[in-house]
Amino acid sequence: MVEPILDTYIAEENLPYEFCPGCSHGKVLGALSNSLKQQGLDPSEVVIVTDIGCVGLSDKYFVTHAFHGLHGRAITYASGIKMQNPELTVIVLIGDGGCGIGGYHLLNAARLNTDITVLVFNNFNFGMTGGQHSVTTPLDSITATTTLGSTDAPMDIAGTAKVNGGGFVARATAFDKDLPDMITKAMHHDGFALIDIWELCTAYYVVRNDFGRKEMMGYMDSMNMESGILQETERPSFQTSYKGIQEQASKQKPMSGLVLDTNFSSDIEKPVRIVLAGAAGQKVVSAGNLLASAATLSGLWTSRRADFPITIQTGFSVAEIVISPEPVLYSGIIKPDVAALIAPEGKAKIARLTKTMEESDTIYFADGLGDVDSPANQLPLEFPESAKKEVHKNISALTAGYLTKQLNLFPFEALQEAVRQIQKPKIAEINLGILAHFE
Amino acid sequence: MIDGAAAIARGALDAGCNFYAGYPITPASEILTHMLRELPKVGGIGLQGEDEISSLGHCIGAATAGATVFTATSGPGLSLYSENIGLAIMMEVPLVIAISQRLGPSTGAATASAQGDIQFMRWCTSGGYPVIVLSPTNIPESYHLTNRAFKLAKRFRSPVFIATDKETVMTTESVAESEMLNAPNWPAILDEPVDKPLDPYQKNGTIHHYTGSSHTEEGHITKDPEIIAEFNERLKNKIGDQVDEIALVKTDLQEGADTLIISYGVSARSMETAVNQLRDQGEKVSALTVYSLWPVPEMKILGCLKGIKRVIIPEMNHGQYRHEIERLANENVDLIGVNRVDTFLITPEEIIEAYYG
Ligand SMILES: Cc1ncc(C[n+]2csc(CCOP(=O)(O)OP(=O)(O)O)c2C)c(N)n1
Ligand code: SF4
Ligand SMILES: [Mg+2]
Repeated sequence: MVEPILDTYIAEENLPYEFCPGCSHGKVLGALSNSLKQQGLDPSEVVIVTDIGCVGLSDKYFVTHAFHGLHGRAITYASGIKMQNPELTVIVLIGDGGCGIGGYHLLNAARLNTDITVLVFNNFNFGMTGGQHSVTTPLDSITATTTLGSTDAPMDIAGTAKVNGGGFVARATAFDKDLPDMITKAMHHDGFALIDIWELCTAYYVVRNDFGRKEMMGYMDSMNMESGILQETERPSFQTSYKGIQEQASKQKPMSGLVLDTNFSSDIEKPVRIVLAGAAGQKVVSAGNLLASAATLSGLWTSRRADFPITIQTGFSVAEIVISPEPVLYSGIIKPDVAALIAPEGKAKIARLTKTMEESDTIYFADGLGDVDSPANQLPLEFPESAKKEVHKNISALTAGYLTKQLNLFPFEALQEAVRQIQKPKIAEINLGILAHFE
Repeated sequence: MIDGAAAIARGALDAGCNFYAGYPITPASEILTHMLRELPKVGGIGLQGEDEISSLGHCIGAATAGATVFTATSGPGLSLYSENIGLAIMMEVPLVIAISQRLGPSTGAATASAQGDIQFMRWCTSGGYPVIVLSPTNIPESYHLTNRAFKLAKRFRSPVFIATDKETVMTTESVAESEMLNAPNWPAILDEPVDKPLDPYQKNGTIHHYTGSSHTEEGHITKDPEIIAEFNERLKNKIGDQVDEIALVKTDLQEGADTLIISYGVSARSMETAVNQLRDQGEKVSALTVYSLWPVPEMKILGCLKGIKRVIIPEMNHGQYRHEIERLANENVDLIGVNRVDTFLITPEEIIEAYYG
């Protein structure tokens, strides 16, 4: 038995409770105060997070820290508080209404397993807004919004927490003598704990459905929803698991930008806008990165945009590269100076752009992709004879090499250096092999 | 070489952010992945919530426990952030939110850039209380404005938005290292909060009640009309009275110009190109880039409007910021919008065309 440090955790100057006579909410608050007393907790290490509803009036009755947020979201704030400061003991007070509108927070908090305790003040309807039906309203009940009887199957809140990984799950009633002990057990559990506490809303549900304490117990039996601890299992709480992640991560290097020194030079005088148009899987964007990096290594300014469908492994893949002697301001391409077509999907995707190109512009096309509806000069991509067998798998890197040779925007060595600097060693080795065909 | 997502993430980390929660959405997901990968390396916490509501809920909860929090989303996610943003305003929780705009409405064109949420950020929650919105035009500014957003959030105990877009977040560019390393010459944001700092929940600390309901200074719910009015006035004025401190613009005024082009975000880059070309052609034209979109830097804008007969406002929406200029400009000033909502960026040529009318 811990030495109590306070006789009560209720802020007595704010009493009496403003709940209706006979409302169960006050009973549960008393039980919580007794549990805190049993545990001898300092008020400053306890945060009571209240939802909205009559239950949401509870925070002002406690001498502990409190947080009063939005309807249905109490559990999300509680998790955030606990994650940031695990020293704090965090308790959520939420109604059956809150468990409805925020149901997915409830089941996800059980999965996440932050070390918080959720007390559900389950009185089978919305008290505060006038006794409308909630997710736990028993079948055939009369409420403000089911005047001829409710037809929805009631949700089992404890059961939901249980099947979604809740470590400690119990069902209780506001009338249980041992409710303080049950709350203490839940709070001692290292991880997510929930007690579904059945209650009476004397203003609405009780009077409309002739539903007193006896009827509530009878309903419990008829539904086979027994009270007591339903689940008690140990698994690492979020705090424990995440500490492990932090430990592993702390050994990794922090992110850094890709710093490229300008070891090469270029004498282009105006921006060149290049579009590589291919298909998913052809590594088009990575070839675009190579061209942009090679230009950067040569003291030029670049931007590289990528365009692809949301389902990235199908359809077109387009890289738009602007290479310029001045910093790139407008990074879009309305009319490319150069387009390279390496797959039918890409050709179709940029048809609008190639159409705008002029006679002085050039379209390079892979086998079978010529005959573009455009006044631009159209030339086949003529890879070295020795590279023919690479075309199928590595056409993008080949195209980057080919364009570098043809366009003369920057030295070929800059492209090779870009491969070495920005690509993973294994891929760099393959691509350097591919570029060797141009020598 | 870096993209805007990495610049924003770096800006947040360097500003001392130690908590991030978010939900994946193009074109903001890259910020989420950077933050979730980086935060545990430095002892911070990063997680993916089950939705945007819980993500922002985690952030607000963590902030009241002392975290420096950050999140990012796009338009659809901002809709789900809405109610919690109101809570952050009411609780006076410092909160930085990056909005990477994509073309709406609804799911819209998820991989296309837009600037359609400029008014939405300002008016995203009930009550109409002010928030701060900063908009970078390029990658170095994405870094530095993110950093600044954290300072503003702390100083004003308020949500601060970074209004960016798909183009800026997802385009990789070459950037001079010095521009990333050296902070621009912007007026400093003071360190101390305009009112009281947020005192987090702490064992052995002062007992706090943080609430979304109208409350007394101690955090107790109140129905007293005078206390409520005073509190709400303060919420409005703490930002409204400090517009000059928050105001951040870049002016490029030309002597004798009677046309002013005003833009922000990615469209300001097209404006800059257009202005360079027009001046090369011998035209006299002034330009104003607005970084602090909200509160509207009225004095700065009015200053630029002196002697101006015509204002051109390029933006990738149907003219959302033009409304703000409209209320400031004298009625003889001709206001011309250059607007695009067809997935393409506004081109410099379109702005030049508008100039020549
Ligand atoms: C987003 C939102 N929708 C609706 C409401 C209105 N509202 C306030 S309390 C409440 C229901 C509360 O019921 P419950 O959680 O069961 O608590 P009780 O009043 O029964 O204690 C509702 C719907 C709200 N505050 N916020
Ligand atoms: S309305 Fe119902 S829940 Fe609310 S205080 Fe009255 S009895 Fe309690
Ligand atoms: Mg209820």
